[in-house]
Amino acid sequence: MSEQDGHAHHRQDHGHLNDTHRHPPAQPDDTTSPGHYELMILAMRDLLIEKGILTADQIRRGLETLDSWQPSRGAEIAARAWTDPVFKRRLLADGNEAVADFGIDMGGAKLTVLENTDTVQNVVVCTLCSCYPRAVLGLPPDWYRSKNYRARIVKEPRKVLSEFGTDLRDDVVVRVHDSLADLRYLVLPRRPPDTEHWSRDELAAIVTRDCMVGVANPRVEAHAAA
Amino acid sequence: MTEPFAPGDVVRVAAVNPPGHRRTPFYIRGKQGVIERVCGEFSNPEELGYGFDGLPKKRLYRVRFRQKDLWADYDGAAGDTVDVDVYEHWLSRSTSTARSEARRR
Repeated sequence: MSEQDGHAHHRQDHGHLNDTHRHPPAQPDDTTSPGHYELMILAMRDLLIEKGILTADQIRRGLETLDSWQPSRGAEIAARAWTDPVFKRRLLADGNEAVADFGIDMGGAKLTVLENTDTVQNVVVCTLCSCYPRAVLGLPPDWYRSKNYRARIVKEPRKVLSEFGTDLRDDVVVRVHDSLADLRYLVLPRRPPDTEHWSRDELAAIVTRDCMVGVANPRVEAHAAA
Repeated sequence: MTEPFAPGDVVRVAAVNPPGHRRTPFYIRGKQGVIERVCGEFSNPEELGYGFDGLPKKRLYRVRFRQKDLWADYDGAAGDTVDVDVYEHWLSRSTSTARSEARRR
């Protein structure tokens, strides 16, 4: 894009019938009109650019960075914790310090790692909104943000877990963690038996996003089928 | 600032419903729990939400509630819990009376 082909020029184009320079959320094949919050976001974006606070490229790069955060980061962390007892101790004691080994910066949030055991299943939710350890798991899935999950997991966790295909014995305590403030929770799943000889990469492959939210547990079959 | 709590202390969440941006969910208001850990001090998000500086910082605790204390009809295991992040200004020390009441339930 040339300097002349800047944002002000785009705005003038908006009145044209065959406008090919519209903003991404209002693409020609998008037939629904934007809602209130979408319009607010678009207006905010326009203002930030017009006032020279951010450039369109900076916003794009920010989104690109957010999208580059994937659950594989968390899986690598879990696999290392399973194979490196010193790292595991550090991770449980101070999540921010430990994940810095992976180049991950938690910003102002405090990463708190919850270890699943034979007798404890940890599950994470944010009943107020969608707080989630994005730096280690990426963006949360739609179900995590749904009112259904948020309302029910704190009240009937065993039923919700069962709907995810995770049935727990009665002697396993379910510990739900409601993430409402400055902490972000990551579940360290239990390492399945008979994986002693697996490489760290093989182990990471069975640690899925849902295992690290706590609604599922790693399965050895998942690896065998892959 | 109130006297800090320590892990194991029995606390009660204020049974109040102030308007505005609040971080304490309704399902624990008025309920009794136990301090699981002290998380440190953070700018008060209930003030930050309105453009104030959030100072003085507030102590943040993780409070562990028994499911059976939150929901009368809870039908899971007796040991099931919900851990919630709660700021100090929502908490008061629970009296021994309240504690024995909780045991009787």
